[in-house]
Amino acid sequence: MGGTLFQLAYLVSAVLFIVGLQRLSSPETARGGNTIAAVGMLIAIVATLLGEHILSFTWIVVGAVIGSGAGLLMAQMVPMTAMPQMVAVFNGFGGAASALVAIADYLELVKGHEGIEVAHGVSIMAGVLIGSVTFTGSMIAYGKLQGFVTEKPVTYPLQKTSNFILLIAMLAAGTWLSLTPPAGQEGIFYFLIAASLVLGVLVVIPIGGADMPVVIALLNSYSGLAASAAGFVLENMSLIISGALVGASGLILTGIMCRGMNRSLGNVLFGAFGGGGGPQAAGGGGPGGDRTAREINPESAAMMLAYARQVVVVPGYGLAVAQAQHKLRELGDLLGRKGVTVKYAIHPVAGRMPGHMNVLLAEANVPYDQLYEIEDVNPEMADTDVALVVGANDVVNPAARDDPTSPIAGMPIIEVDRAKQCIVMKRSLNPGFAGVDNPLFYLPNNSMLFGDAADSLAALVREVKEL
Amino acid sequence: MIGPLLVGVYVFVLAMFVGWQVITKVPPTLHTPLMSGSNAISGISIVGALVIAGTASDTLMTVLGVAAVALATVNVVGGFVVTDRMLKMFHRRPSGGSED
Repeated sequence: MGGTLFQLAYLVSAVLFIVGLQRLSSPETARGGNTIAAVGMLIAIVATLLGEHILSFTWIVVGAVIGSGAGLLMAQMVPMTAMPQMVAVFNGFGGAASALVAIADYLELVKGHEGIEVAHGVSIMAGVLIGSVTFTGSMIAYGKLQGFVTEKPVTYPLQKTSNFILLIAMLAAGTWLSLTPPAGQEGIFYFLIAASLVLGVLVVIPIGGADMPVVIALLNSYSGLAASAAGFVLENMSLIISGALVGASGLILTGIMCRGMNRSLGNVLFGAFGGGGGPQAAGGGGPGGDRTAREINPESAAMMLAYARQVVVVPGYGLAVAQAQHKLRELGDLLGRKGVTVKYAIHPVAGRMPGHMNVLLAEANVPYDQLYEIEDVNPEMADTDVALVVGANDVVNPAARDDPTSPIAGMPIIEVDRAKQCIVMKRSLNPGFAGVDNPLFYLPNNSMLFGDAADSLAALVREVKEL
Repeated sequence: MIGPLLVGVYVFVLAMFVGWQVITKVPPTLHTPLMSGSNAISGISIVGALVIAGTASDTLMTVLGVAAVALATVNVVGGFVVTDRMLKMFHRRPSGGSED
């Protein structure tokens, strides 16, 4: 009877997770939703502590104190710009925990000289494989985003072939282990663990820094699948359900990111995009040197902005790098008070993870109802007096729309070139993250405001105030 | 009757569908909190970690258990706290402010 009660507690926790996620459908209910999900987690933890015949709480407390301390510290200290790295680390830890659960379960079988059921064995091996790949893959993604692993794709001859051979060897080992009584098979089991950890590194190093948002979303999905696998190992429905929810979430976000770049998942994972000096687009009319970009000073730019009816701001990651979100919001507020309608157009891959730019702007107090998605803002472009591009490049590159030979051809863009006037704030005419030349800079309705985004925005704020 | 594995598969597939339905309704503005929040939920493997750490009978199991509990707790506590930190920053335009 007690057992049933605890199973029901797990069911309640799973329901609370779903309700919590459901409340993320609106910014107004989202915070409450997160709390509901946290309560669900608490219920699952309490049910486990009371219901699973725990012998000693000592080591649980040790682990929980270390983990809570580290988790709290990281969550409170992390700057919003570093959110992708932190989510990568958390993903990795979740994957590692799931892998450890599967590993411990197998080692218990070894110790008890028990046989292994095929289904149980497959669950264990899946947990070890997915969990370990998630762990090391996430750590490499973290390193790439943080900058201590090269952002460039690391490639070498026969890379895909050797990864594939390693995967086949792992699947063979996993199959063998699922069918063979565990005692005496530890060597092969340790090989499977080590190979999974290595594979996680090998599959992420060939992916360029610009593609990390996709990788993180995919690893997010894997961390869920690893939890599900651990659920199959323990025959715990709560883990299976929660893992499936997260797995689905990660897959959806992966799809959105891929569509945002008009790339297939296969191309992201194996394409080694953005390597070396980068491919130079032939788009427009020859190399940049032949054309001239018009420069504008802050005074004239401020004039254009202040007397516009509608201004669409397109922020990119460069804005966050310059820590200029607050200055941008100040400019937006000033213009708003002068009667200008200010809209922020957010490209799905504007930041370095799904929705990253929205969080950065929310931190700077930009109201979320001023943020617009690509498909809502593009139809309004022709009626927009000034489009202001801050630290974005590839996401406003008309070559993606007009030049089928461009490396970013087909990527959805924010069509700032269709606005009456466009001002691009940028340090120089250098190509962006993807290494692709941008013909926008040389269009007659475009002007360049060169300089550091924070300095330029401060200058604009000053000039607008003086008008 | 169907065995426990098959029950698990049923539950997994249905939960995937529920997840798909619920998460496609999350607006792009909230995708980062969605990731960190769902990430915290994937820390549910803490349930398994607690059992290992609480029933360990030798050093190896104790080490595995403590490591698993610590890693999963970072995931759970850190994930929910950072999601909350982000979500409390989201707000609407103050009423009476500049509307067009």
